[in-house]
Amino acid sequence: MTAPFVHHPAVSPGLWTLAWRRLRADRVAMASLAVVCVFLLSVVLSATGVVAADWEDEVAVNYAPPTFVGPDPALAALAQPPRPVPPNAFDPLAADIAALQAQLAHQGHAAHAVKRTTLPFGADKWGHDVVRKTIKGGQTSIVVGLVAAFLAVLLGTLFGALSGFYGGRVDDFFNWFYSVFTAIPSILMILTVAAVLQTKGVLTIVLILGLTGWTGPYRLMRAEYIKHKAREYVMAADAIGASSSRKMFVHIFPNVSHVALVQMSILVVGFIKAEVILSFLGFGVPVGVVSWGSMLNEAQNELLLGKWWQLTAAATAMAVLVTAFSLFADALRDALDPKLK
Amino acid sequence: MLAYILRRLWQMVPTMAGVVVLVFILFNWVGGDPSYLLAGKMADARAIANIRAQLGLDEPWYVQLAIFARQIVTFDFGNAWATGEPVSHIIQTRLGPSLTVLVPLTVLETTIGIALALAVAFVRGSLTDRLVMVACTVGMSISILVYIIVFQYGLAYKLGLFPVQGWGEHFTENLLRYATLPILIGLAVSLAPTLRLFRSFVLDEVGQDYVRTARAKGLAERRIVWVHVLRNAAIPIITYVMANLPALLIGAFLLERFFGIPGIGREVILAVERSDFPVIKAITVYVAAATMVFNLLADLMYQAVDPRVQLT
Repeated sequence: MTAPFVHHPAVSPGLWTLAWRRLRADRVAMASLAVVCVFLLSVVLSATGVVAADWEDEVAVNYAPPTFVGPDPALAALAQPPRPVPPNAFDPLAADIAALQAQLAHQGHAAHAVKRTTLPFGADKWGHDVVRKTIKGGQTSIVVGLVAAFLAVLLGTLFGALSGFYGGRVDDFFNWFYSVFTAIPSILMILTVAAVLQTKGVLTIVLILGLTGWTGPYRLMRAEYIKHKAREYVMAADAIGASSSRKMFVHIFPNVSHVALVQMSILVVGFIKAEVILSFLGFGVPVGVVSWGSMLNEAQNELLLGKWWQLTAAATAMAVLVTAFSLFADALRDALDPKLK
Repeated sequence: MLAYILRRLWQMVPTMAGVVVLVFILFNWVGGDPSYLLAGKMADARAIANIRAQLGLDEPWYVQLAIFARQIVTFDFGNAWATGEPVSHIIQTRLGPSLTVLVPLTVLETTIGIALALAVAFVRGSLTDRLVMVACTVGMSISILVYIIVFQYGLAYKLGLFPVQGWGEHFTENLLRYATLPILIGLAVSLAPTLRLFRSFVLDEVGQDYVRTARAKGLAERRIVWVHVLRNAAIPIITYVMANLPALLIGAFLLERFFGIPGIGREVILAVERSDFPVIKAITVYVAAATMVFNLLADLMYQAVDPRVQLT
């Protein structure tokens, strides 16, 4: 018989603990989380230079097919080192070229090294390894998606907090600002800002997406702040003399941060897709930086030559990541806000 | 009703003013001096001064803003910088091809979306429902670029079922010959998100009391779905479709670009590529205005389909 009067100082589980429990029970969520983690790991490894740092090496012949397809006989001939040219007494540059070739060979740039005729997933127009290129391209696309989503949620939270917490004139101002931004369809807004910012670069795309994407988080965070500012714990904070910014960001924010997190996970998916389209059109990453969008751009012309592997690699990597991320975002929303179900 | 419409129109004034100021700030301050762009690579100081005077860039900012406001009201944005074609003429002539693709696409997407949503929502929780939803999630994850590249290559280039790209003079030729593949691809891309959304609208209705009542009085399931539920689920669907029409005009830019359809979306891309500011400014302002008007129309329609809604 147990003693019913023993007091257990039980710690009641918090929002995050409960959400994690729900998430762990959801098999789809855990599987998609694992996939997302694999992609994030590849981003970290490629950003630190552990993998794919050498993607620009021309390791294979141009358009080397994937190993499972087998070498292309027309291309395999190119892989052989060129036959030595018979010495030509009338070539005034022969001595110079020989000296240069010796120098290159000395530096390790084996000018006539045998290039591979196949690669695990083929090579692009210049003989770059498609697998490494996809990892490097994924790094750009995923980092842009994550940072831009963070920026958009940061702005949305800040505006929503000010608007919901203060109300009145401040609220009117931000609502007007919101109505202006939502009057312009987001894709047109993105293209307009891209036209105005003449510089290409990863930072530019992050700014374009971040500065135009804050409206969704704003609307939800504003509603949350309106709901929370009248709660007792905020009044208690008020009673001990907490400043407005302390109430907004130290007291209220931890209680609404799950909304921000869910919004961010939804935005990442949209922004990765948007980056791919912008880079495809040439408004995104500059020449020399590879992203899934710039890969699709090259692949479009390659397909006409029957070289389908770069298209398949970039499209599959992106589809797998986006599917996993969307499924995870849905599960995260269900886990953090069970009332919504 | 009239009072409501007038008040809504009055409320659009500050928003529209905001859009105008936002576009003005973007192009006049963030964008830098366009006279260097226009003068080209071999610009001398005289040429730049000349262009600045022509564009009114030497005037104080409020005069420039007034010039911009006058352009909007009079529909006269001058000529496009790249081609010299009047901007108003560009918009007029590009609207037709865009609508040739968009109207059939929207009609098909909405009707197929509604039919599938009703079918799927009524077997909710079943294996079919879950498989369809997984297929939707996967379908939405593939970039629209991949759909276009693969379908254009496979169906048009390899199999020759459709022209690879092009646009003719006659409406029927365009609709039946050149617009067919873009419309099919547009359907493939948009059906998944549409179905997901419409399914959630239908699911909101199937749990309602009136459905139980209809069942209790012995109506056939088919009648409940197609008469009772559809009538109610149509309300959010119609407002959603209406409110999204202006965005679609731009949203089809990838289809228009790949298939060489001379529409508004392709014009925006061309203008961004050529830094043709007057075209982008005009399209942005008018699409924003159209978005607001269509939002109002959507609300009016809401009342037309649902007599319970009182617009005040």
